[in-house]
Amino acid sequence: MIPAFIVTHSPALMIIAPLVGAFLSPFICRISSTVRSIWVGGAMAVTSAIALILALNVYSAGTRLYVFGASTASAAIPPDSGGIPIRIIFEIDPMSALMLVITAISGFAIIVYSLSSERSHTGLESYYTLYLLMITGILGMVSTGDIFNFFVFLEILSLASAGLIAYRIDGGVAVEAALKYFVLSTIGALAILVAIGIYYGQYNALNMAMIAARMQFSVLDQVALVLIIAALAMKCGAVPMHFWTPDAYSMAPSSITALLVVASQASLYGLFRTVFTLYNVTLNAATVGWLIIILGVLSMVVGVTMAIPQKNVKRLMAYHAVSQTGYMLLGVGVGLAVLGNQSLLDAFGYMAMEGGIFHIINHAMYKGLLFLTAGAIFLRLGTYNLNRMGGLGHSMKWTMVFFVIGALAIAGIPPFNGFASKIMIYESVFVFNPLLAVIAMVVSILTLASFVKVFHSIFMGPALPEYSEVKEAPMPMLAGMGILAVVVILFGLFPGIVVESLIAPAAHALVDQGAYVAAVLGGV
Amino acid sequence: MFWNLPLVAVVTLILIALAIIVFKKNLIKVFLGIVILESAVNLFLITLGYREGGIAPIYTNAPPATMVLPTPQALTLTSIVIGVATSALLLSFAIIIWKKYGSIDIDRIRRLKE
Repeated sequence: MIPAFIVTHSPALMIIAPLVGAFLSPFICRISSTVRSIWVGGAMAVTSAIALILALNVYSAGTRLYVFGASTASAAIPPDSGGIPIRIIFEIDPMSALMLVITAISGFAIIVYSLSSERSHTGLESYYTLYLLMITGILGMVSTGDIFNFFVFLEILSLASAGLIAYRIDGGVAVEAALKYFVLSTIGALAILVAIGIYYGQYNALNMAMIAARMQFSVLDQVALVLIIAALAMKCGAVPMHFWTPDAYSMAPSSITALLVVASQASLYGLFRTVFTLYNVTLNAATVGWLIIILGVLSMVVGVTMAIPQKNVKRLMAYHAVSQTGYMLLGVGVGLAVLGNQSLLDAFGYMAMEGGIFHIINHAMYKGLLFLTAGAIFLRLGTYNLNRMGGLGHSMKWTMVFFVIGALAIAGIPPFNGFASKIMIYESVFVFNPLLAVIAMVVSILTLASFVKVFHSIFMGPALPEYSEVKEAPMPMLAGMGILAVVVILFGLFPGIVVESLIAPAAHALVDQGAYVAAVLGGV
Repeated sequence: MFWNLPLVAVVTLILIALAIIVFKKNLIKVFLGIVILESAVNLFLITLGYREGGIAPIYTNAPPATMVLPTPQALTLTSIVIGVATSALLLSFAIIIWKKYGSIDIDRIRRLKE
């Protein structure tokens, strides 16, 4: 059905498609707005399709290795290289495949939304160029097996994101937010580069599997670990390095905010990949595990308490994004804390990790949906201020339905997907430490309270006279939101199937360092 | 015998750069701090690949001698290119900030908070 050529070369095509789309759009988008829509929509659709084909292939046939500059994957270690994989290698295991699925679905839904939401703005060819570059960065980050390559894709992602955050200059305020984000992420990226230098100096390798196989956990490795955790925790918006999140998320166009959520998840993936694959049992699992748990709990509590008093609907949602990131850190942190102890891992460790990883995909879907509804409201009303909204339930019925779906999912109400992952986190974390589970539940209740308030002030009440002209959001925007809403509902209705087929393989792949290393060094 | 000297320079440069980034109020000076930080990291990478008395790693007509490692040089080149893109974007932000705010003093770039 699918040509073998595409399946074989999908890791390379997945990067080539958005790059070609990005660099040709400045020319092609000038022809006409219809051509522009077809071109960028087509480029993103092709990218998503290839990413999904690759993910499907990984789930059915196991970890995929793609060696750039060689005809077969078995050439990962050239015979004359002295046993070091010197080529750039993409290694896609089920964890990477899960991130590919997230990026493919969100990326496609958001570009459908953008086609209509950004229509009235100028400079759209740059918008789509940067959009596709962001997609390239995310896809590259989650599939690469080479740590320097990871840094390069991280920088592509940061540059494109910063440009897009500043896209609506907005009297300079958006540029201020982008500046904050970009200065921080540049310093973070340089910290990662120092860590890469440290690995290279010690192990003569840049390949993650090679470094993992040679890992000694010396003092220098601890320095590198601290640098990477600090940089990536900052990039994914965990407290105490979260202060760029509300600014950047609220000033970016809503479609970009939804994609920034996915970008944060890619940084989170990098964090987990470093901790689990590079270090795994060599590090003091309990200490680092607790460090990540504490980061997670702080993010949950600080995020939600900062969210409650916000007046700007996107700032409020951004603080909730910080808070939800905490759940993922908590779930996976608990898994890390019991790493190396097989009985505890089987008892609740895997379940906690599955909950955390399941929450990553769920969060990308419902938070993306919420930001998109905020964008639809902004398009019609021209304000994000909650105090100036009201009575929109009369005129924007579909937007309201999507908002309710997203709000109930983020608050963890059944039968939506947020509940499915949160219940896994509660149950497993309760066995590990009851206090943490209680905190997680309280945060969830506060989230619900906050969204009930938002829902009430946006949609309830009599129709306001100043918004009597307000119409429903245009069709492509509703379609974009609809894609995400359907995923939210399906994942909530059939969590068992999703966990079994998508999440559990990802969690096991993350824990199983040996398999990751063997895929490269074993010459598979 | 002075093998550690470049590493001392790296650490000194990183500290200077961080001090500039944290304490300077002028946006352009902060950007210069970031550029210094980048250079420090590049110097670190190059130092890792240096072998005493090594020659350039070009195999054609190479005399039989120790070569320096080519990989860190390739990394540095990539890192320099990324650094150019970074500086360009930062400076273009500075231009817009100057146009819109009439100042590049960090204490005055505070409209987000309001």
